[in-house]
Order: sequence, then structure tokens, then C-alpha cells
Amino acid sequence: MSSHAAVLDTRRRVETPEGVELDLAVAGPVSRASAWLIDSLIRTAVWFAVSVALVPMGPAGQGIALVAFFLLGWGYPVLFELVNRGATPGKSLLGLEVVHDDGTPVRLSASVVRNLLRAVDALPVAYAFGLTACVLSRDFKRLGDLAAGTVVVYSGKVRARRVTAEAPPLPPPVPLTAEERRAVMDFAERAVHLSPERAEELAACAEPLAGRGRDAVLRLAGMAAWLSGRR
Amino acid sequence: MSREEFVRRNGPVWDAFERQVARLEGPAKRRDRTLSLAATEAAPDLAEFDRRYRAVCRHLVLARRRLYGADLEERLNDLARRGHRHLYGRRPGTWAAIGRFVARDFPEAVRAQWKLVLAAIVLFYGPYAAAIAWIAPEPDRIHLLLDSGTVSQLEEMYDPASGHYGKERESDSDLRMFGFYVFNNVGLAFRTFAGGILLGVGSAFFLAFNGLYLGSATAYLLGIGFGTPFLSFTAGHGAFELTAIVLAGAAGLRLGLPLVSPGRKTRGEAMLEAAREAVTIVYGVAGMLVLAAFVEAFWSPRSSVPPEGKYAVGAALWILTIGYFLFAGRRRAA
Repeated sequence: MSSHAAVLDTRRRVETPEGVELDLAVAGPVSRASAWLIDSLIRTAVWFAVSVALVPMGPAGQGIALVAFFLLGWGYPVLFELVNRGATPGKSLLGLEVVHDDGTPVRLSASVVRNLLRAVDALPVAYAFGLTACVLSRDFKRLGDLAAGTVVVYSGKVRARRVTAEAPPLPPPVPLTAEERRAVMDFAERAVHLSPERAEELAACAEPLAGRGRDAVLRLAGMAAWLSGRR
Repeated sequence: MSREEFVRRNGPVWDAFERQVARLEGPAKRRDRTLSLAATEAAPDLAEFDRRYRAVCRHLVLARRRLYGADLEERLNDLARRGHRHLYGRRPGTWAAIGRFVARDFPEAVRAQWKLVLAAIVLFYGPYAAAIAWIAPEPDRIHLLLDSGTVSQLEEMYDPASGHYGKERESDSDLRMFGFYVFNNVGLAFRTFAGGILLGVGSAFFLAFNGLYLGSATAYLLGIGFGTPFLSFTAGHGAFELTAIVLAGAAGLRLGLPLVSPGRKTRGEAMLEAAREAVTIVYGVAGMLVLAAFVEAFWSPRSSVPPEGKYAVGAALWILTIGYFLFAGRRRAA
């Protein structure tokens, strides 16, 4: 059918020792930035509480407060990544988690490396280096992730609802490759937002499979329904 | 086999596995959250975990091959991923690991990077020595390097005639300074390390900059006759702090090296290996700086100890530090 390279997707295939390939859904810069914002708010609140409680207690309190600020700055992400299954509170709220490249939960060394390197990712301002690396890398990795061999994925606890075109299920007349199956299902999702003429135009690309015209759109939607499990 | 038949036959296994995984993930007692022998004895059905996990993996492959539908693939993929996480996630280290780290892993890691440590020493002490050589004959030259605010701050801190020299500080203030030193110095070391990812340039820059600053401050204070207060204050913690800065720089260089020269590996693989080696050193650096902060906050300002005593302790700590990195953790040849 098509000759272009692999489909652009945010899924990362990882082979396990059992010989199975698992799909990890990689998280992009927007959700990661949102998680970071939430974490920043939490950290600011804790910083404020510690300041108010300890600083008036004289120099000893200030010393303890300084140690607390140090731990809050450098240790907050590491602690949660180790104890809370790779997710700081901000990441947890957005359904994200940090795992190694092979899908295993993040361990101490990797967590330390990726979080110490925030010092560089945050340069020159507002995580510019980190965002650039994220956008340029195949798995949305920032510099810390690249060095530590980790990746931020969706943990599957928060699941998006998918809206597709409705049609009675129809088995494809011929076996389809994975790429072709994905294309048909993507079309059914996309068709909801397209004008009827445009949908027909796109459906005509798969003429050997579904014919032409209005029926083609319905047939493709039906095949998508069958492929996604409705029988 | 049709999809319905497949689901009907294997559904019970998947449901049972899902329950097990949910229990392992849930807010249960710590003992229940890990797949250990103890947990298996407490809940015998956990012994089935590996068998069911392999079954789920098998079914996932079949569902993909036979095109049973994306929703089924997703469900099985999800189950397999959660099971994979529990089977292959390792537990954090214990106290014994910390002991082993101090006794063996840390000095070994430093010795393994001896070339980069030497480079870091040159990058730090080179500018340090150059600053001393340049400022010692003409102390006023320091104004070309540092602004007058910093210079007068240095003078005020170490002036033997000033009021606070000779008075004991309250222990409350000591604690505040301890907190400050931890916040400031460990953060500095972390940034020196992190700078290494910029092809090592960040770390090199930090090392040279700090070497220059410390060298010129030292030369200036010695040149205007404030040597005794300054040296007796810094003698105690100098060994730990200066060595830690150098090691942080070396760790940063180790991090940046694979980007420049990955050897026979891909950059990604070389990066992973470098990060692992470098971070071992960073743990030790953090520990050393916390110790240095203790010494700097609670021992160094003690004016009840005469300068000779401070120098003796300082020299002893230097010998201890160098000896530690040269000899600690060396295994005897079999």
C-alpha cells in the first residue's frame, strides 16, 4: 500500500525476557510540563510552610530550614520516584510515571542522575534545554532522561476515551498488515472531524479495500469497528 | 479459534491475574506489595503469579497475530505491563549496601576514573596556583578579579582585629551555618556534576572558576596578613571540601565524555554506562560535603582551639582523605 517509513506514533515497543513486545505510551512535553507545574506549586507550598514554621525559631530553625530547602529542591522528585512507583504527585495526577527504557520501574541511580541533570535541563530559562531535547528526541526524552536511560510513560491508570465513527462491524476482505490496520482505525477516528467530502476523498485512497464514495467511508468505519473488537 | 472462544477460555486466568496485580499495586501492607518468599507463603495463590504472567504474555502474542481486536490487545498489553513491572522491579538498597559503598564502591569508582580525576585536579588547582602566583606579590591585583563588595566581605570575615574573631559563636548559629553550607556547597557540587553533560565544558568551567576564586582569596588574605584566621578556619574542612569539588568535576567530565568519544559503543549505551559510574562518585561527593559542612559549622570556628591544633587536624584529615582514595577497598590479589 504505502511506501513511507514507520508510522509516527508515540508508542515505544519494548521486548521482555519472555519474548513478548510490550507497548509503552510515551508522554509528551505538554503533559510533562503540566505535571512539573503542579509539583512546583506543591513545593512552593511546602517551602512556605517550612519558612513560616522554622525561620522565626532563630538561627537553629533557619539551619534546619536550609537543610529542608536543600532536600526539597534536589530530593523531592527522587523520593517520590522511588517510593511512589516512579511518579511525583504532579505526574501521578496526570497519569504519568518514570520507567527505565526496558519498562522496569525506575531505580535509585537513574532517578538521581535524571533529577540532578535538571540543573542543566532548566537552562537557560524555564527548562528551555530540556524542552528542546524533549521535542527533538524520539521518545520525548530530556537531557536527564537521555543520560539516565529513562522515559516518561502513561501508566494506564488514566485512560482517554476514543471517539470513532459508528458503523456496523465488517471484517476486512483480506488480511491487513499492522500498519494498514492502524491506518484504517485512525481513519475511523479522524472521520468524525472531517467533512463528508474530505472523508470520501481519503477513503478513496483505499479503493481496493473499500470501493468509492459514501459507502467506502462506512465500510472503512465498519472494518475499524471489527478490528477494534466489536463483532 | 474465534475471538469469543478465546476470551471465554482464558478470561478467568486474566481476571485472576488482574486481581493479583491489583493487590500488589494497592495500598496493602509492605509485605503484600512485593513478590517475596514471605508473601508467597502468606498468600499461596501468589505462587501462581509467574505462571499466569507467562500465560498472559502468550495470549497477548496470539491476540496480536490472530487480529482479535485492538481492545483485547490493549487489555492484555496493560496486564502484561503491570505484571512485568512487579516481576522485574528491584527493591531499594539496605544499610549493608551503604557500608559497602563507603568501604569499597566509592574509592573504587574514584580510582577507576583516575585519568579524569587528574584532569579535574589540573583544571581546579591550575587556576588556583596561577591566582596565587599572580596575586601574592601584589595583593591589590585581586580587585581585577573580584568586586570590592566580595573583597571587603573576605576582609571582614578573617580580620584578626575584628570583634567577632575570638568570640565563641552560639550553637544555634552553628546549626544555621551547617544548613547554609549543605544548601550551598552540595548544590554547587551537583551543578558542577550536571554541567558535565554539556560535553564536559560546564564542569571544566566550574572547576576553573572556583579554583581561580579560592586561589585568589587565599593569596589575598595571606598577602594582607590575615593568614592565620583564614588558614586556621579552613584547615579543618578544606580536605573534604576541595576534594569533593574536584571529584564532582571529574564525575561531570565522565558524564560528558561519551558524547565526545563513545568508543566502540553507541552514544546512548556509552551514556548509560558513564552515568552509572559518575553517579556513584556523586553519592560520595554529597556525603563528603555533608561531613565538610559539619566540620565547617561546628569545628572550624572554634576559637578555643589554637591555630597549631587546627593545622594539625587539617593535615591529618588531608592524609586521611588521600590515603582513603588511594588505599581503601583494594582487594588483595588472590
